[in-house]
Amino acid sequence: MREKSSIKRGVSLYSFQEEYFLRKMSLEDCIAKAASFGAKGIEIIGEQMVPGFPKLTDAFLEQWFGWMKKYDAVPVCHDMFLDFKKFKGKILSKEEQLQSIIRDLQFANKLGCKVIRVIVSTSPELMELAAPYAEKYDVKMGIEVHSPWHIDNAWMKKHYETMEKTKSPYLGFIPDMGTYTKRLPRVLIENLLRKGADEKIATYVTEAYEKGVLSEYIVGEVRSMTSKPIDLMVAEQTRFYSYTNPRQLLPYMDRIFHIHAKFYEMLEDETEYSIPYEEVIEVLKLGGYNGYLSSEYEGNRHIQDVYEVDSVEQVRRQQAMFKKLLGE
Amino acid sequence: MFEKYIIVEKETKNIFTDGKPTGFQVGARVPYYRGLGISMIEDIKLSVDGNTVSPDKILVELHGNKYTLAAMQTEADDRWEFGEVGILKVQQPGGLAPGNHKITLAFTLRISYMPVIAVREDSKVLSV
Repeated sequence: MREKSSIKRGVSLYSFQEEYFLRKMSLEDCIAKAASFGAKGIEIIGEQMVPGFPKLTDAFLEQWFGWMKKYDAVPVCHDMFLDFKKFKGKILSKEEQLQSIIRDLQFANKLGCKVIRVIVSTSPELMELAAPYAEKYDVKMGIEVHSPWHIDNAWMKKHYETMEKTKSPYLGFIPDMGTYTKRLPRVLIENLLRKGADEKIATYVTEAYEKGVLSEYIVGEVRSMTSKPIDLMVAEQTRFYSYTNPRQLLPYMDRIFHIHAKFYEMLEDETEYSIPYEEVIEVLKLGGYNGYLSSEYEGNRHIQDVYEVDSVEQVRRQQAMFKKLLGE
Repeated sequence: MFEKYIIVEKETKNIFTDGKPTGFQVGARVPYYRGLGISMIEDIKLSVDGNTVSPDKILVELHGNKYTLAAMQTEADDRWEFGEVGILKVQQPGGLAPGNHKITLAFTLRISYMPVIAVREDSKVLSV
């Protein structure tokens, strides 16, 4: 008998970036909307929606926890960045990079987040150095498994070796479901068509991607058809998206702290155009995942040139899909 | 990403001192999805009607702080917040002539995890 899934629902406020950027929604509005869909786990990018980052005033914290109470929500995850190229022509030293990570661990701790999303480019070596601080601040560090990386590739294997070597329960993964992009986002291709890409080439690229043709072949084929930069850009997109079998997550379940439920376009029928969430969630249930599925809408950048973005409706649809798939 | 929001129309206008136009300003937002330490804004290129404004003539005002483009490169703490409207000020006796002008503004951003430097540009025809 399999254990009953206890997957929880959340929203990364990243999803509402369009409305927040344009000051159509405040931080409180973002939290309220997420919670109104029954997605009680709140994920935040401090550098996006906390002015004055990394400082946290007492007044802000009082408001923050007040909102959590008011909307019956819980802080779950803070997403960190590591700006090792902060100054031109210079790379921050290992010690400076470690200090940057510690800064984010402290920030997450103050916000009541028990997890931070570590940007994918962070090395296993730095993770190892930071592990004792993660323990000190009681904040787990999940390296983001973001396409075109996937959980079984070389970079992530090194991370896994470090997790095993240190035996630290504070080191793990945050898989981004963009790794399971079965079809290239329609919103992405339509955007490139608006910028002048050739329709036949776009059709060839999307079909080839769907068949699983290796990106190198797709790019090579398109190069033999044209030298127009915009058409080559269409082909190059296949390097940044990936589809791997979600079952690859199963051996790592006890190291998965949190999940980014990436999406590009939720259709009216409450399915995602590119990512087969029914397959993904089946695997997560099978693996006994009991953390958060955190909505991460990333379609706005592809449509904002001509459409008014409605991130709230997009998140609503994804959360409705999750409710169905989770049997709520 | 966010290109079309870079130039903020209502903050783009002539600057008057004692009733006389002494320059002009352009409202600007950083085309990225988080606030950025301002040393990572590697370059800002502004042009009006196809003529590039000399970088040393641009002064950036952010929440009360003022920076030359050169000073931004070494600023260690201050940030250009996500969606924040900064003001680029250019001293130019007479300001811009009344009527339409094509303003083009490009940001060069050094984002550590990205394999290449990002250059994002907006262009708008505005009346001053």
